[in-house]
Amino acid sequence: MASNAAVPFWRAAGMTYITYSNICANLVRNCLKEPFKGEALNREKVHFSISKWADGKPEKPILRSDTPGV
Amino acid sequence: MLRQASRLLSRSVTAASSKSATTRAFSTELPSTIDSTFVESWKKVAPNMDPPQTPSSFMKPRPSTASSIPTKLTVNFVLPYASELSGKEVDMVIIPATTGQMGVLPGHVPTITELKPGIMSVHEGTDIKKYFVSSGFAFLHANSVADIIAVEAVPLENIDASQVQKGLAEFTQKLASATTDLEKAEAQIGVEVHSAMNAALTG
Repeated sequence: MASNAAVPFWRAAGMTYITYSNICANLVRNCLKEPFKGEALNREKVHFSISKWADGKPEKPILRSDTPGV
Repeated sequence: MLRQASRLLSRSVTAASSKSATTRAFSTELPSTIDSTFVESWKKVAPNMDPPQTPSSFMKPRPSTASSIPTKLTVNFVLPYASELSGKEVDMVIIPATTGQMGVLPGHVPTITELKPGIMSVHEGTDIKKYFVSSGFAFLHANSVADIIAVEAVPLENIDASQVQKGLAEFTQKLASATTDLEKAEAQIGVEVHSAMNAALTG
């Protein structure tokens, strides 16, 4: 199907919908009043560890976490 | 292809008497939405194997559309972390579609629409409940069920007006000083979301 509608500005700049949607959600969360803001930021915390593999063995993992000291 | 199924099925039934060697009776377990010309050619090539199942044969039948328009709209409003409204029967919802505020009444034409940052209001009798939705999609089905999904939706009272003003000023300034396309896009998103929140709080 030929695209007839103009693409949204964020897609023209190379952003995907999910990135756009997450940015919008983050902005809204940052504008909440106090108890709700804390809860929302708590909810969205991530904690994960990535390791690249080389020659069939994992290299040193990189830890990314929003909860410091873990 | 499957839209022609009823026409092809009726055609193959009438042709059965003349082509009895190649047409066979369908087994009772096969569903009715199958392409009979495909099944016939399959059986010519591989008569000992069952024809493959297509995804539509595994689907449950779609819920039927009521012949008269229902009086209430059933709304399912879900967020990634909570089900805000689940099967709630309401009179109307107004959703912030990218094409503008859209009022959804029972019997609305089936639609899939993307939502922009804005206010969604749920009307039940004299009760109106408003949420600010960050973005998402709304699926309106033929049987007057509306599925609205959003990443973040907050009641208007929970938004801090001073933060919104600050954010708006910050992103307007970023938009003016942005260089790359991506920076411009991010600043533009910031301006849009904050102006929508501003309008929601003041309007």
